[in-house]
Amino acid sequence: MIALIGLAAGVVLGFVFHPGVPLWLQPYLPIAIVAALDAMFGGLRARLDGVFDDKVFVVSFLSNTIIAALIVFFGDQLGVGSQLSTGVVVVLGIRIFSNVAAIRRKLFQA
Amino acid sequence: MSEQSGENDAGGRKGLLRPRLNRGQLIVAVLCAVLGFAVAAQVRSNDKDTKFATARQDELVGILGDLSQRSDRLRSDIRDLDATKSGLQHDAQGQAALEDARRRATTYGILAGTLPATGPGIELTINDPQGRVRAASLLDTLEELRDAGAEVVQVGDVRVGVSTYFTDPSGGGVMADGHLLTPPYRFLVIGDPHTLATAMNIPGGVLRTLHNSGADGVVAQREKITVQAVRSP
Repeated sequence: MIALIGLAAGVVLGFVFHPGVPLWLQPYLPIAIVAALDAMFGGLRARLDGVFDDKVFVVSFLSNTIIAALIVFFGDQLGVGSQLSTGVVVVLGIRIFSNVAAIRRKLFQA
Repeated sequence: MSEQSGENDAGGRKGLLRPRLNRGQLIVAVLCAVLGFAVAAQVRSNDKDTKFATARQDELVGILGDLSQRSDRLRSDIRDLDATKSGLQHDAQGQAALEDARRRATTYGILAGTLPATGPGIELTINDPQGRVRAASLLDTLEELRDAGAEVVQVGDVRVGVSTYFTDPSGGGVMADGHLLTPPYRFLVIGDPHTLATAMNIPGGVLRTLHNSGADGVVAQREKITVQAVRSP
């Protein structure tokens, strides 16, 4: 519940202050967001399964975002940044879908 | 669900777990807030400028290169037009304008084929002892010459223009613009001799194709080619 409030507060703050994304962060923020979304859905699924753990969530959230951004960063250094970000987005998308499928099965038994 | 079990645990362990649990939940909430904030920021920045902000370095470099090329071209256009303008302004009797118009008429006349022309170029002779060369081969040759930068072309005694056509008459030879050409076919071409000769000689090019079909082409580079044939305007 607190988490949901936090999410809503973040969105509201973002739209109220409409911050600019700093230049050095621009290539990595979208990927990091997708990674964070994956962590969030993972957390929601764990919660529904009754095995939610704050520590696991925090660690997975941070490591997901940092690793995703790092992969894109290395891709940029190697000259395959756009391809690697596509790959990361595909992988994270698959994970999000499987997490959402598990949540759906839990909620609707279907 | 876990909140409830957390409460029970905390009750059981006399608050030892409670602050930790609360702090954990707080961190989760903060992380979620950060996520929401980042999403909002990203969505906004995407709304603002979709073209350049999200483009990668190599794309930007390409765009920049295109733009600077374009501006160079436009700048040289401006210089040319300025020179023409100042020339026109400075002559009272319209001498420069007349000169300019005459020069342009000459250029267009040469391009259209209504004026004779002289310049460096090549002479391409196609020997065809077996009568294998068809209109299509000559058309291919002409197109290849045009691709290589030929400015004036004469084939046989026919001056080539934009509307020149080749046909196969029944009695052998090739018709060009209604004139019968007989082997050997002789192309007089004005343009850069080296470029034209290279274009004719490339592997799989005109000469090779002609050779495969039994004809034989010879290219000679000349310092001065005189094209006398003209088209009627």
